Amino acid sequence: MDFSLPPEAEEFRRQVKDFLAANLTEEMIEATRDGTIHSPDLHRAMAERGWLSGAVPAELGGGGMDPVELCVLIEELQLHRAPIDALGVAIVTVSMILEHGGARLQETVVPRLLAGEALACFGYSEPESGSDVAAARTRAVRDGDEWVIDGSKMWTTMAHVADYVVLLTRTDPDVPKHDGLTFFVVPLDTPGIEIRPVATMGTERSNATFYDGVRLGGEWRLGAVNGGWGVMKTALKYERGIAGGQFPSPPVIEAAVDWARRTTDGAGRRLIDRDDVRDRLVRAMIDTEVARSFAYHTAALASDGVMFGVEGSMTKLFASEAYKRHCSWFLDLMGAEGLRAGPEAHMGGRIEENFRHAPVTAIYGGTSEINRNIVAESHLGLPRAR
Amino acid sequence: MRTWYSTDQEAIDSAFGAFFEAESPIEAVRAAEPGGFDPELWASLAAMGGAGMALPEDRGGGDASLTDLAVVTRQLGRHLAPVPLIEHSVACRLLAATAAGPSSAEPRQGEAAPTAVAVESGADPGLAKPLLAAESGAGPDLEALLGELGTGDRIATFTLRPVAGGWGPMTPAGAVAGAVVGFDGADLVLDLSEPPAEAVANTADLPLADRDMTGATVIASGPEAARLWAGARAEWQALMATACAGLAARAIELAVAYVMERRQFGVPVGSFQAVQHGLAEAAVRAEGGRLLAHRAAWALDAARPDGQRLAAMALVFCAESARFAADRSLQYHGGYGYSAEYDVQLYYRRAAGWPLQMGEPAALVAELADRDLGPPSEPATTTGAVTGAKARPEAARVGKADG
Repeated sequence: MDFSLPPEAEEFRRQVKDFLAANLTEEMIEATRDGTIHSPDLHRAMAERGWLSGAVPAELGGGGMDPVELCVLIEELQLHRAPIDALGVAIVTVSMILEHGGARLQETVVPRLLAGEALACFGYSEPESGSDVAAARTRAVRDGDEWVIDGSKMWTTMAHVADYVVLLTRTDPDVPKHDGLTFFVVPLDTPGIEIRPVATMGTERSNATFYDGVRLGGEWRLGAVNGGWGVMKTALKYERGIAGGQFPSPPVIEAAVDWARRTTDGAGRRLIDRDDVRDRLVRAMIDTEVARSFAYHTAALASDGVMFGVEGSMTKLFASEAYKRHCSWFLDLMGAEGLRAGPEAHMGGRIEENFRHAPVTAIYGGTSEINRNIVAESHLGLPRAR
Repeated sequence: MRTWYSTDQEAIDSAFGAFFEAESPIEAVRAAEPGGFDPELWASLAAMGGAGMALPEDRGGGDASLTDLAVVTRQLGRHLAPVPLIEHSVACRLLAATAAGPSSAEPRQGEAAPTAVAVESGADPGLAKPLLAAESGAGPDLEALLGELGTGDRIATFTLRPVAGGWGPMTPAGAVAGAVVGFDGADLVLDLSEPPAEAVANTADLPLADRDMTGATVIASGPEAARLWAGARAEWQALMATACAGLAARAIELAVAYVMERRQFGVPVGSFQAVQHGLAEAAVRAEGGRLLAHRAAWALDAARPDGQRLAAMALVFCAESARFAADRSLQYHGGYGYSAEYDVQLYYRRAAGWPLQMGEPAALVAELADRDLGPPSEPATTTGAVTGAKARPEAARVGKADG
């Protein structure tokens, strides 16, 4: 066993740190208060560095960045609180198109996404289907050379600033649900699309998108007709390739330590000197090291060409649940002051903001319950239970 | 970067897995209770080189790294093997390092020169002379001792917690070890008396004993002693963490086998999602702990600055995850899990007992806090100068000003 990052990855980490020092500003982080966790300038700067194309698998013609380096990239971005909602979507979308898309998609959409000029968003969930994603009901019906799409999607986060939605549709309602799905890449300026904001408890603005007689040429289809579930599986595969996103806690811990150093309790004792406070800070740091061990493990597996499955579920489950726990602890740590929100609050209300954001991380991209199902079935060999 | 076993480690893993499977079946674990030691198993382990594994090659040992030892101790954990391999291995490394002399420490510039026994015996510490009874005319013959430890003829341990009032209370493997290292004041001390005949009666049926350390000899002093002691504690923590991870994984396997066989309401208990999710949660924590424990062992091998930090973290986390796994396993066994007849109770008691030998977990957490947050300042004397009513607006003001 050797847990040392390869020298190339350490060198890459230095490059990322330098990049962030030069390109990430506090204004970019604060601009996310409008609900869009995306910075066009930062996104384009990363594209210019070649990190978007670099992260696309080599067998698809991408840069084939080592998964360990990709993990380091996302780790550093998260440690620096960079707004990166668009990054993973772009990489996964490009990968899906390069594997399954026709010439039109590959020639028009891919270069724009990789240059950071255009953004994509995912249209998987619907009002009636979330975890049961294969139950999608949004219809796509063939009409001559065209397709006509009717239905609605939930949680199309970023749709209001994106150019394309990667849309999961039902093309055959009369077969088992997994066999009647088809993907499209839909330009969001196509007539018949309506985007309505969905406000959240957290800082994000999400969207509901509605499709009313949206007409598309066949060139926008992604993968085979009724082959959507196969495309979905590769999407999950590429998502796992981005074996990062598991470092949300450190900025919260940093804020908690800062608060605890500055604040005294009613008895005049600094919070940082109190055993109960120290206990929670240390436990959060231990959880962070566990999450880091998981993240490096999945990245190392991917780097070795292993298409991991359950390890990704474990990593995501542990990191998101720990993050929720930490936010809750450190909100408590601040007492009534913890409720103070906005730029005037301690460190811009970082703990308060994370407390509101944390719950969604145990929901999106596979809920904790779905991940426990996966662990029970794939890792422990228990029967399917749902 | 390779977060899984090397080919050699896979071979070690399967060899020791097969060994414990054959030589330490659960019946042997039960038969070794309450003393917690199986002399035949120890002899077989020694015969295959297990006792000397941790010693350097020039001492006739296997020169195993901690990363390699962790592979073995994880298997030990899976099988609850009643042999003090962790304590013995760490004590062997500690004694071999002591015998090699302070030069191995490579003290940083400006650090006080280590004052090992070699100094007391009149030898030049710069020569790093091994401590020999023949030369010093006093103290133990470490060379001869290491020979006995390598063959397993004598078992070594260390008190884990500092010697208090001449005693090493609840010393791990204290009931069977003929060599006990302790940390007394600022000295590393070694006691070579015969182990007591019986273990202290205890929750986990471990070979614990209260050891009289009043006759112990100083083998290292000062910063060198403190360095060796801290290193040994960290090594034990990392190895025990892997043992806990192995225990946790096996406890979950027992539960999975049981819930697939046991039927209630006409279906296997394991088909209930409540049961599945409890086991899945336990599996995730066990797996996370396993990775952290191996990472800690690797970090200690590589002498990385965060090695001791990761080792302590691994023990805290793996202790909790082992106890959680054993708890879920026992729970899903229902009433039978509570019965002495079923094996899960053996795991349940050891999940608590093994890591607790290090002492109160909160103390370990406090050490980590001192390391990462700095030591706490002395509690404020509440003279009334700072009242609660005054402190609250102060806190609010600081919070706002910082934004």
